[in-house]
Amino acid sequence: MDQPSNYAVSQRPVPLWRDERVLRGAAQIVSALAVLGLLAWGLTNVLRAADQRGLGLSFGFLEQSAGFPISETPIAYDPSMSFARAFWVGILNTLKVIIVGVLLATGLGTAVGLARLSTNWLLSRIALVYIEAHRNIPLLVLLFIWYRGVLTNRLPDVTNSLRWPGPTYLSQRGIYMPWPSLTETGMPFAISIVLAIVLAIVAFRWLRRVRERTGRPTYFGGVAAAILILLPALGWLLSGGQPLLWDIPILSGFNFEGGARVTPEFTALLIGLVMYTAAFIAEVVRAGIQAVDRGQLEAARAIGLDAAQVLGLVILPQAMRVIIPPLISQYLNLTKNSSLAFFIGYPDLFSVGRIMINQAGRAVPVFAMIMAAYLVMTLVTSFVLNVYNRRIQLIER
Amino acid sequence: MYRKALIPLSLLIALSMLLAACGGAATPADGGGEAQASGYGEIVAAIQERGTLVCGGRTDLAGFGTLDEAGNNVGFDIDVCRAVAAALLGDADAIEIVNLTAAERGPALQTGEVDLLSRNVTWTSSRDAQWGNFTTVMFYDGQGFMVPADSGIESADDLDGATVCVTSGTTTELNLADFFRQHGMEFEAVVFEDTATVYGTYEEGRCDATTSDRSQLASVRSGFADPSAHVILDITISKEPLTPAVPHGDDQWFNIVKVVLAGLINAEEFGVTQANVEDMKSGDNIEIRRLLGAEGEWGQTDLGLDADAIARAIAAVGNYGEIYDRHLGPDALNIPRGLNALWTNGGLIYGIPLR
Amino acid sequence: MDLSTHDQLPPAPPAFLAWVRQNLFRTWYDSLLTIVSCVVVYLALSGAIRWVFTTADWSPITQNMTLFLVGQYPRDELWRLGIAVGLVSFFLGLSWGLWSGVMRSFALTLIGFYLFLALLPGTSLAAGIRLFLGLNAGLVVLSYWLARRWPPPSNYLLAGWIVSAIVGFFLLRGHAALPALERVEINLWGGLIVTAILAIGGILISFPFGVLLALGRRSTLPVVSAFSTAFIELIRGVPLISILFLFSLIVPLFLPANMRFDRMLRALVGMIVFSAAYTAENVRGGLQAIPSGQYEAAYAIGLRNLQITLLIVLPQALRKVIPAIVGQFISLFKDTTLASGVAVLEILSIGRSVLQGNPEYIGLQAEVFVFVAAIFWIFSYSMSVSSRRIETQLGVGQS
Repeated sequence: MDQPSNYAVSQRPVPLWRDERVLRGAAQIVSALAVLGLLAWGLTNVLRAADQRGLGLSFGFLEQSAGFPISETPIAYDPSMSFARAFWVGILNTLKVIIVGVLLATGLGTAVGLARLSTNWLLSRIALVYIEAHRNIPLLVLLFIWYRGVLTNRLPDVTNSLRWPGPTYLSQRGIYMPWPSLTETGMPFAISIVLAIVLAIVAFRWLRRVRERTGRPTYFGGVAAAILILLPALGWLLSGGQPLLWDIPILSGFNFEGGARVTPEFTALLIGLVMYTAAFIAEVVRAGIQAVDRGQLEAARAIGLDAAQVLGLVILPQAMRVIIPPLISQYLNLTKNSSLAFFIGYPDLFSVGRIMINQAGRAVPVFAMIMAAYLVMTLVTSFVLNVYNRRIQLIER
Repeated sequence: MYRKALIPLSLLIALSMLLAACGGAATPADGGGEAQASGYGEIVAAIQERGTLVCGGRTDLAGFGTLDEAGNNVGFDIDVCRAVAAALLGDADAIEIVNLTAAERGPALQTGEVDLLSRNVTWTSSRDAQWGNFTTVMFYDGQGFMVPADSGIESADDLDGATVCVTSGTTTELNLADFFRQHGMEFEAVVFEDTATVYGTYEEGRCDATTSDRSQLASVRSGFADPSAHVILDITISKEPLTPAVPHGDDQWFNIVKVVLAGLINAEEFGVTQANVEDMKSGDNIEIRRLLGAEGEWGQTDLGLDADAIARAIAAVGNYGEIYDRHLGPDALNIPRGLNALWTNGGLIYGIPLR
Repeated sequence: MDLSTHDQLPPAPPAFLAWVRQNLFRTWYDSLLTIVSCVVVYLALSGAIRWVFTTADWSPITQNMTLFLVGQYPRDELWRLGIAVGLVSFFLGLSWGLWSGVMRSFALTLIGFYLFLALLPGTSLAAGIRLFLGLNAGLVVLSYWLARRWPPPSNYLLAGWIVSAIVGFFLLRGHAALPALERVEINLWGGLIVTAILAIGGILISFPFGVLLALGRRSTLPVVSAFSTAFIELIRGVPLISILFLFSLIVPLFLPANMRFDRMLRALVGMIVFSAAYTAENVRGGLQAIPSGQYEAAYAIGLRNLQITLLIVLPQALRKVIPAIVGQFISLFKDTTLASGVAVLEILSIGRSVLQGNPEYIGLQAEVFVFVAAIFWIFSYSMSVSSRRIETQLGVGQS
């Protein structure tokens, strides 16, 4: 048999079973069927088993009274309220920890990262020890060390609380501190504070821009500081000198009455999360700063900028591009790690969800709610931060 | 280009076929499945075929379910399980204890993972509906409070404003909230899912009080560094009938367990002990001879048990009183019989007549 | 020109003093910072040392060391565990000799681990066990030397690993039919063994699934791609504890009752699923880094898609992502502690139950948790240090 020439091969009609378009279409159909079949099989199994075993799959139970107490709630809650309300309390508790945790972790992490890059050898090594110590141990063990090892164990009991100026009391039941509330005449004071902050920021930025453009000294720092001090003072005078009523914690019975309170559960969770995440953020910041080309640093020093200006005007803005994406994933990690509150008794959304599963007997709907809540939080966070990320990325042609 | 997808595609199809095959094997097409015993005698048949009785228990509560030095399961609830195994299978050691946390009790029973849940579970109406059938109350208990001895708390009113450590997912948690609301008192609940953490933090002083079934409080107190520094208050804020439970669906199994437990109670009433059970079989008392299967019927034929099933159970673990004394008596946790005395002695322990 | 008498520079200060001046006392606030740091470091270090060696009561750990390592595994069956550990040491040494790279990190970490446990003073570990651990450290080195001397074929080594994994599991579990190997139920396994099984099993078994998911995500078929993406984003968006909870409590609700899986296996499945999603993202990064020229050249020489994936793309991509995979292994190892939330007796659970079991241990929480943290720290730190060294060697991550 003589070999067909290449010309002849490409002219031959392609049989159906090798035709690309047919195969492509068939592959799509088959894969769709496979996935749908898988889902359908799974779903029917679930529904059938739920039916047999009397597992409730509806969400109607959410209106029933919860019956269980929650130890700390940012909104009013008592056990006679609904399950939906209890779950909402859990979500708010989680958000509280996440927001405060992100702020503190970023601050601490940036500080430690900068310390790691410091020219002072001792400072750099201290930062290294901190980072390596916290990156290599599990967060849960760290939480237990803080909660069971320090806060409930080594602090004195309530009747022998440590007393700090304020008066602020520290004991194994938490931190009690004085908390202000506005009196009837206190409104001008509150308004003046808000106004002062806004005006100070506006004045600072505007005057600084004027200085940059015209070169005239505008003392933007001093003006902003003056606004911050004088306006509230004016407000204080207008309020008749008594704008705030301080609620002082007083020991009565078992605990302190009055004042604001930070529980040891919240404190341990916050400290653990912040110190753990800060170690990772420090590494991210360090990598980001080191990623900026060394030439930038040298050029900036060559034109006479001092260390603070080099960092603030040249290095950090460029480093942000490298820092933001891993920083986003650290924030997401913090969000997910907040679920460890379950182990130390802080009523976050996972803990409350677990209690609801036990008390309402509805494992699947509550679990779906828990997963949905976390998904929403992580997706929203990453979406919002990715918008910011895209704005500062370099547009490469 | 699309051919790149052929790899994941073919693997996906293979995976789904595999799962379908497994699923087909696991969930039979008739929709019932041998898994969920929806018929009379199914669980009994499964136990006999398996040769062991699977009991849900615990290993962390002294007196009720714990591990001895050799690593064996011992306790009041464990003995209940052994008695039923001796009655049904003839061998008290043919048991497998599945260690369950409080959160796993309901699901384990609902799925039929355990044949008998003997883990100081309170019998409530909603659990009867959701979890399974509750057999015979073996321990009448109530919820109480434990406080440090030097705290000066003596009555319920002294607890106003207290911080209370409690285990999550229990009736204890709900009763606590109801109690304080009923009395118009304030409290703060510190809730953990892990019982060890609850009592650990209470012992360190994080809470002013802790609450649970009074028998559990007694057991936990015996494990404290200084048991005399803690006192269980004389308040009972709820009824906690601790009852072994079986899954829904198999009436034969339900009846068997009830009868065996009643047999243990009646044995104490008649004075049949582990030591004298063999002699009693040939004794004078007609009721005792019937109970031990020497003559007549206590229902064994209809239940599918041997005539001497109850005798075997008593020989294995003793009568109710002996079981109680072994784990909760003066030599052990020293919990007074109280409500758990026989009805002839003014308590609530009452066995149905076996005839 | 003779410079010996003219323009002589003053003698340079000794190198050490120059260094101190440059790094610690460059400016006035630098000096202040140094002094403050010195004071802080002195206080912290002296306090820590004093606590570790005098105030702390290490009895919960010293008296229960075997419990921490093997849980409730029957003490007279420990020889089976010994054989399994010996197999692992032997093959790890061979792998180090033959493949080096990442295997070197593992081998050195394991040797460090053995020596730490063997030489830790005051614990209740029998002298026999200490000797055994020391011998294992030696075994690793010995098999390394053997592999260098007479290198075995790669395939044989891989087969050896798989066989030893199966044999090891079988040895530990035992079987009812063999009297010499009586059955040891999985719920008796505890401590460091369980941590190791969860972590190593998790990362190894999840690896092929992760690769499949990554390929699926990049597939051009919309259904497969959507399904893979949805799966990956779902698993990555929720905490690990909820996934462990899903497989421990929710999934068994829908399985027939006669499929009773031990708790550790349920947690292992959860770890596998979790790790697969993260592996998929890592591998996807590696796949994206393959230049299109590779594909074009492969098509040009007539390779088909499956061949391209297996022979060209995956080997390059996987080599690039090894550091990321190692990092993921380290964090998975740390995350095994979360299994204590679903009642699996890994090392943290053992620590907590040891504290609860004996009333004499009241107030000793810090000691136990610091010990558990130390165990994790040794492993994590040595793994990450040696893998970082490999990263710089491979030139990974540099432009």
